[in-house]
Amino acid sequence: MKNFSGKVLFLDRSDINTDEIIPAKYLTELTKEALKPYCLEDLNLAGFDPKKDVEGKSVIITRANFGCGSSREHAPWVLECNGINLVIAVNFARIFRQNMFNCGLMAIQLADADIDDMFKEFAGSETSCSTDMEKFTFTLSNGTKEKVYPFTIGPFDLELVKAGGWVDYADSKY
Amino acid sequence: MGKTTAQKIFAAHLIDTPTEGVSVLSLDRVFCHEITTPIAINDLVSRGKDRVFDASKIKAVIDHVTPAKDSKTAEQGKTLRDWARRHNIKDFFDVGANGVCHAIFPEKGFVRPGYTVIMGDSHTCTHGAFGAFAAGVGTTDLEVGILKGVCTMRSPDTIRIRVTGELREGVYAKDLILGIIGQLSVNGATDKVIEFAGPVVEKMGMDARMTLCNMAIEAGATCGICYPDMTTVEYLWDFIKDEFPSKEAALADYSKWLPDADAEYWKDIEFNASELEPMVTFNYKPDQVKPVREMEGTPVHQIYIGSCTNGRIEDLRIAASILKGKKISPDVRAIVSPATPKIFAQALDEGIIKIFMDAGFCVTNPTCGACLGMSNGVLAKGESCASTTNRNFNGRMGKGGMVHLMSPATAAATAIDGHITNSPLFKG
Repeated sequence: MKNFSGKVLFLDRSDINTDEIIPAKYLTELTKEALKPYCLEDLNLAGFDPKKDVEGKSVIITRANFGCGSSREHAPWVLECNGINLVIAVNFARIFRQNMFNCGLMAIQLADADIDDMFKEFAGSETSCSTDMEKFTFTLSNGTKEKVYPFTIGPFDLELVKAGGWVDYADSKY
Repeated sequence: MGKTTAQKIFAAHLIDTPTEGVSVLSLDRVFCHEITTPIAINDLVSRGKDRVFDASKIKAVIDHVTPAKDSKTAEQGKTLRDWARRHNIKDFFDVGANGVCHAIFPEKGFVRPGYTVIMGDSHTCTHGAFGAFAAGVGTTDLEVGILKGVCTMRSPDTIRIRVTGELREGVYAKDLILGIIGQLSVNGATDKVIEFAGPVVEKMGMDARMTLCNMAIEAGATCGICYPDMTTVEYLWDFIKDEFPSKEAALADYSKWLPDADAEYWKDIEFNASELEPMVTFNYKPDQVKPVREMEGTPVHQIYIGSCTNGRIEDLRIAASILKGKKISPDVRAIVSPATPKIFAQALDEGIIKIFMDAGFCVTNPTCGACLGMSNGVLAKGESCASTTNRNFNGRMGKGGMVHLMSPATAAATAIDGHITNSPLFKG
């Protein structure tokens, strides 16, 4: 299983699309690693600087419909290349969400109120997320306060996360 | 309880239910292009699993960047080409025979009512126009599809949109789907299937139905579906005439995929088309739509007519009818890309290509081209494009560029005027 804990990148916008996560012009790369420098390059979000804000982060917390648009798995790949294995959002575009779990990464949905609370309590401060895969909780802390948020994950999604992906699972079973 | 079209297709293809709400389906078609497939191929090779489940069910095309523009895209094309040859994939469309995937695959008769189709391309939802379940997937799902012929999908909860009334003259399927997305929002159909029903859809030809289903993903939908009817049978007849004694027999068979009268819908919506006028997007999301009238006079730098949304013969005919005998504004440049070689040849025969050229259009080979800023027609910072494509995302057609989505009629009229304007076909 991959690491799902670390520093948080807050992206306070809904409908962040895959073209913003990784522009199409980089889809000519033949390896996942080559995508690394271009993460969130075209993100349309005031105050966000892809050159500074991505480095060192492991978790993204964002609003609704993250990853909408293209089917490009390059979107989860570019996050993974940059050490981001977990995205927490109100909801996800179907293909992006499936791509995350297929790669053994996590796309976890929380209630709107929980996401609101995370932004209210922690956005703007240096925040860490500690993910407990036995109790299924996220613990956010910023040095001055700490809060626990429970989450749920479907049994099949969890199986993919544990297996590290869908290819071997399917090949052994079907 | 009755079933929706997608539920019927799921039931007929179900091979496993690993947990409740998750279905593993057998696949009738796995479509491939050169951008998302090579990494799947390379991964299969590195795992020692360089196999395909059924070469006759896999179809492949080079379409996003073609002919190759540089060494990297040449390598992507080569990876797909070598793989297709190695596995005896007969339906592989290379330079000279290639076109935009969601135009060329239907044109070849590869999609039938009741089929399950996946491709590493979000606009795979286009093929639902034939009464199929067709979904875009990522490279890993594609890889498993190639290897095992299966894919997982979550329960196909369905939104039925009954399009009532009548489209006014000069208002098209593109305006309709922009209007629908504007109402649903880009998150309004996430994880859902959309069934497009009602008299307006029944009257549409297959080209228009494909335009409609093509943009279902822009509302987040897994697939857009139109019901198979005599229009579907007529379109497919050359490919299916050996399978059925008559068109009526084909229709009777395909009718098994129609939803049951007591099918349960997640949402059931009526959309009155009679009030609709030509639509256009503003800003960076496909649900940010306005009547063209309200954007009248907005200057643009480039016009693009083409893509899997609106690069088919019906689209080119409509645009040419407006451009005939006219010149594009000296303030703009304009590009047309017929979506397949067959459409290109038809447009040549009908004199449509000449009309475009006389008007001052650049005519390109069939390719995804400018739509996603990967090859030709890239915008410079601060420029905008009046485009018949499907996405206006930030940076989509080039960093710092703006895309206004619209119908071919509006794009043609905009080319002539040099700013966004309604086509003369729309009388208001």
